[in-house]
Amino acid sequence: MQKSIVVENLSKNYQKKEAVKDINFTIGENEILGLLGPNGCGKTTTIAMMLGLLKPTKGKVIIHGKDIEINRISLLHKMNFISPYIELPKKLTVRENLIVYAKLYGVKKIKNRIEYLSNKLRLDEFVDEKTGELSSGQKNRVSLAKALINEPSVLFLDEPTASLDPETGNFVREFIENISQEKKMSILLASHNMDEVKRLCKNVLMMNNGVIIDKGTPDRLISKHGKKNLEEVFLKLNRNESEL
Amino acid sequence: MKVSFNRIFGLFLRHFFLIKSSLPRILDLIYWPTIQIILWGFISKFFTIYSDYYNNTVGVILTCAILYDFLFRSSISFNMLFLEEIWSRNFTNLFIAPMKISEIITALVGTALIRTLIGLVPAILITTPLFGISILNLGLPLFFLFLSLYIFGITLGLFVSSGLLRYGPAFENIAWSSLFLLAPLGCIYYPIEILPDFFQSVARGLPLVYIFEEARSILVNQVVNYSNIKNAFILNLIYLIVGVFLFYYSFSQARKKGSLINIGE
Repeated sequence: MQKSIVVENLSKNYQKKEAVKDINFTIGENEILGLLGPNGCGKTTTIAMMLGLLKPTKGKVIIHGKDIEINRISLLHKMNFISPYIELPKKLTVRENLIVYAKLYGVKKIKNRIEYLSNKLRLDEFVDEKTGELSSGQKNRVSLAKALINEPSVLFLDEPTASLDPETGNFVREFIENISQEKKMSILLASHNMDEVKRLCKNVLMMNNGVIIDKGTPDRLISKHGKKNLEEVFLKLNRNESEL
Repeated sequence: MKVSFNRIFGLFLRHFFLIKSSLPRILDLIYWPTIQIILWGFISKFFTIYSDYYNNTVGVILTCAILYDFLFRSSISFNMLFLEEIWSRNFTNLFIAPMKISEIITALVGTALIRTLIGLVPAILITTPLFGISILNLGLPLFFLFLSLYIFGITLGLFVSSGLLRYGPAFENIAWSSLFLLAPLGCIYYPIEILPDFFQSVARGLPLVYIFEEARSILVNQVVNYSNIKNAFILNLIYLIVGVFLFYYSFSQARKKGSLINIGE
């Protein structure tokens, strides 16, 4: 499989604290890679370095053969990100927000793209409402629409279904599954929902204290650690780490 | 990669949509400059009647108040654009979009001008019917004075935004107080000779002194002194270069320290 993303010896130090320590991994074209770990383990720091928001202390992030540190702007055209910790301007309508981001990403046929996403993500009924007045499920779908506005080939999803009801969560998971296949995207999915990770991800990285403590397919990790599911593997690995 | 007008327009649109959809926001933009001008209008009327210094020049203070408000609004408008992104937790979205720093600065400069004019044009228009004063009496130099003030306002905005980039919302108070700090040294309502010697030396390093000296020179003595305008532009150019450099440096530091991640309240 062709590698869209190569992370080499990536490290980040904040003064004396080592947030990420010498991690290495790759993401193939058309692959969803799961990134699991407890809060504060370095997931967000890793994603931020991959997005060019944070300068690594050491190492490289190569996307489509180019170093993000050298080609940040040109690579950002092909990337996007969704996180429950960032929002779209609340006073703008959904359509206005999508127009703004379509312009920022240089989308050519803006009207068609918004219509397509509205249709796919069921935004039609509230596309002209203010973003701040929507339910969290609706906001989540709008954020996903913003993340797809530029037809990215690399997508970073940070807890994309956090705080969603089961039906909306399922809709979003299904959507991610379909779109990644359809558009041959490389996706990095950070999540605390183990079922979601098992369902969507071909491979999984387990992180703790800034290092990758294990990796593999969900089934291989489950059988390797002799557990029933990914959640038990997660708990075992993190307990072991905290005891060390 | 070239500078993209489309991206600049996109960021402009983000703020245009915000303003046009909210009447309270528009009223808020107009309200403060109008109140400020009316207040100074009455003060200047009083001084015109009771002060020898001003008795031949109706509205010197009012004209200077309008000029100062233009500076204040342009600087605050620039800061507000940045603060809006922080308050709405949209900061990260903006910095993961493929926007160059030069495009962000250009978009904010243009948008700040629109915000400033929305606030100030109605205030300027009421001065003639209310006080019989027109700022247009300054003639052609008025354009240079406005331009000079706008450049300095934007430069201050760049300094403050650099702080916001680097230190996040904690820097917000500085954003509001920066202009109040400079006002006494800017010699807006009085000649520089009023200041103690030490402060005079400091004030001469600010373009404001030359801009307001020039406004008074035209209104009181009917003399256009282009050397004041030239000095103001030279100083403006120096500060603007420093401001742009500082903004780039702060962005690079923010990328090192991690302040672009999850910035907001």
